[in-house]
Amino acid sequence: MAADDETLTAPYLLTYDYRRSCGPVIGRFLAGLRAGRIEGVRTAGGRVIVPPVEYDPDNGEPTGDFVAVSSTGTVVSWAWVVEPRPNHPLARPFAWALIKLDGADTAMLHAVDAGRPSRIKTGARVKARFAAERSGHIRDLACFELEDA
Amino acid sequence: MSARREVAIVSYAQTSFAPHTKLNDAELVMEAVTAALERAQLPRKQIGFCVSGSSDYLTGMPFSFVGALDAVGAWPPIQESHVEMDGAWALYEAWVRLLHGDIDTALVYAFGRSSLGDLQDVLVAQLDPYYLAPLGVDPNSLAALQARALLDTGRASERDFAEVATRCKRTAGGAPLDAPYVVSPLRAHDCPPVNDGAAAIVLAAGDRARALCKRPAWIRGIDHRIEAHSLGARDLTRSSSTTLAAVEAGVHTAPIEIAELHAPYSHQELIVKEALQLGDGVRINPSGGALAANPLMVAGLARIGEAAQQILDDNARRTLGHATSGPCLQQNLVCVMEASS
Repeated sequence: MAADDETLTAPYLLTYDYRRSCGPVIGRFLAGLRAGRIEGVRTAGGRVIVPPVEYDPDNGEPTGDFVAVSSTGTVVSWAWVVEPRPNHPLARPFAWALIKLDGADTAMLHAVDAGRPSRIKTGARVKARFAAERSGHIRDLACFELEDA
Repeated sequence: MSARREVAIVSYAQTSFAPHTKLNDAELVMEAVTAALERAQLPRKQIGFCVSGSSDYLTGMPFSFVGALDAVGAWPPIQESHVEMDGAWALYEAWVRLLHGDIDTALVYAFGRSSLGDLQDVLVAQLDPYYLAPLGVDPNSLAALQARALLDTGRASERDFAEVATRCKRTAGGAPLDAPYVVSPLRAHDCPPVNDGAAAIVLAAGDRARALCKRPAWIRGIDHRIEAHSLGARDLTRSSSTTLAAVEAGVHTAPIEIAELHAPYSHQELIVKEALQLGDGVRINPSGGALAANPLMVAGLARIGEAAQQILDDNARRTLGHATSGPCLQQNLVCVMEASS
């Protein structure tokens, strides 16, 4: 029998030993990121949704053709993170932002490496910074940076 | 189609919403459920239907709601259901179940021990797994994006946020505008506390409600609506789902006296109040709301319970309870209650 101070331990690893498909829309978007491009989808009503979804959030109709959009865009809202958390994209203070890419009608959420809060504002122009190593994942976009930086 | 059956809240009870409880889920639920049933003088065996709201992500284990059923007693077998949502949505299911007409009473409860993990990590799991969750964007940050968007419209200021916080949290000396940001533009006073707790409501239909309660809070309308998950695809400064639910629930057919709004962040109270078109004569959140105490999965049901209690206590004739779910007010439920005419 173990002594009181000799707590027995065993590893507990929860894993899912399968791969899943991201589907025809999200999958294509993520593959695009791996190739260094950003694509959205056009709805029947003509709106371009980025990042793309399979169904129009306004009416549930399937979305249509893919549309290439720019890797530059405009900040439509932002929040300054004073103390980044370990799972955040950046380890130094940064801004979360909703970014409407040129050519898109909706905004996507990502991090902006702005340095300090006084440098970012609604309406600021930003551009995507792609990660050096990419795998078909939202983090293939390392973050965005200010266009005039 | 025959007239819809009348359903009322006949009792409400909650535990204290402490920063941390040492009770387990069943013990926590036991306290709330026993108090609610005692107030209604309803024996456990006479409950027609039982439904709960909670989240396995808080407890960190699957089917954690099954263990909490010990507080009700599930043998011999009972009619029971569960939603992985705030208890307000469990109440909606109980209301629908009572409309079937074959049972007359229902017990609704919710429980949440928010203190078991770091909510800023846990709640990332509610986000879509492709575009948002891998970024690790936490609930305070998401709320801050919404708050900034509201400031940008000019419809509210950081001082307005602080005034909501001061009223809800009853902060001595007010909420200081020179306090540091948690995630700008939100300060600590704009964000909800972490709380553990449980709440329970007893519902009854028609004459059974009148027999159980001197002054039932009759549910005159209840509706819930949802918006797009993608934050960039909707106007974060408006709560269109709240507006729609309010119309469907009949909010505007007569004046509301007291409204309990489930707004975990100070700016969200302003957005929800505007979406409900509540005039300045309406008392908002006399309980302090979710800014004062925010046990996850419970705080929405507690809003309905608090609004019902105002009728049970003869403080008001027509009240409103609101509950929200998801990031940035994604989904909203509105419940209108009235005293008997």
